[in-house]
Amino acid sequence: MSSVIAKPAMRGLLAKRLRFHLAVAFTLSIACAGAFKVAVGDSRKKAYADFYKKYDAMKSFEAMRDAGIFESVKPRK
Amino acid sequence: MLLAQMLGFSVFRGTNLLRARGLLSAVGVRAIHGHEVAKGEDLSVPMYCDRKDSPLPDIPYVQKLNTEQEALKEKEKGSWKNLTNEEKIALYRIAFHQSYADMCKSNSEWKTVMGGTFIFIGFTGLIVWWQTAHVYPPKPHTFNEEWKEKQAKRMLDMQMNPIEGFASKWDYEKNEWKK
Repeated sequence: MSSVIAKPAMRGLLAKRLRFHLAVAFTLSIACAGAFKVAVGDSRKKAYADFYKKYDAMKSFEAMRDAGIFESVKPRK
Repeated sequence: MLLAQMLGFSVFRGTNLLRARGLLSAVGVRAIHGHEVAKGEDLSVPMYCDRKDSPLPDIPYVQKLNTEQEALKEKEKGSWKNLTNEEKIALYRIAFHQSYADMCKSNSEWKTVMGGTFIFIGFTGLIVWWQTAHVYPPKPHTFNEEWKEKQAKRMLDMQMNPIEGFASKWDYEKNEWKK
């Protein structure tokens, strides 16, 4: 008879797998959420904030008016 | 596996999984070993199946033992220490069709699947090209270059999506696209 091998794990297989994979899953999910928040959310908020810091609504309106896209007001010449 | 997919639709509609498994393994077994060649599978009695997730089939693989297999079975009733390794393997092969090693063995089926998939996709591409050449009506006038330029100019005049979208890519001071 060949040499005796160690008895394999008979119980707790799912628990062991879950312990590992749950940790991985939670970490990856939180990392993805964080990455999305920073890369998409924060940068978008910043883009909007920067735009409106320098935004002059009347100037923008006059530019659009002179381009001739409105029907209610004609260009100023 | 392809056979199983092909059988999938007709097999699973209106039947329970036991019957489906019977049909699947029936064709599989017949194809591989030619066990029940003439008559169909009797699905009301236990059946043999090789499954990775369920290790002990309901019945042994070889149902009709020939004389030397009968003799071996008799010998099995005695002490197993008297069995040689070849006899043990023979007893195993009476009970089982494929070992786990056989079941888990990788094969080249994926090449067939991928190849067939690509062939059909390619053929579909040919059909699509023929359609664009012979079936579709002429494109609307709004797709001309001139119209599209005027359209883009109008979109910039309206400052469409000036923060992150279309107009945000245009430099209004220099009157050109932003670098």
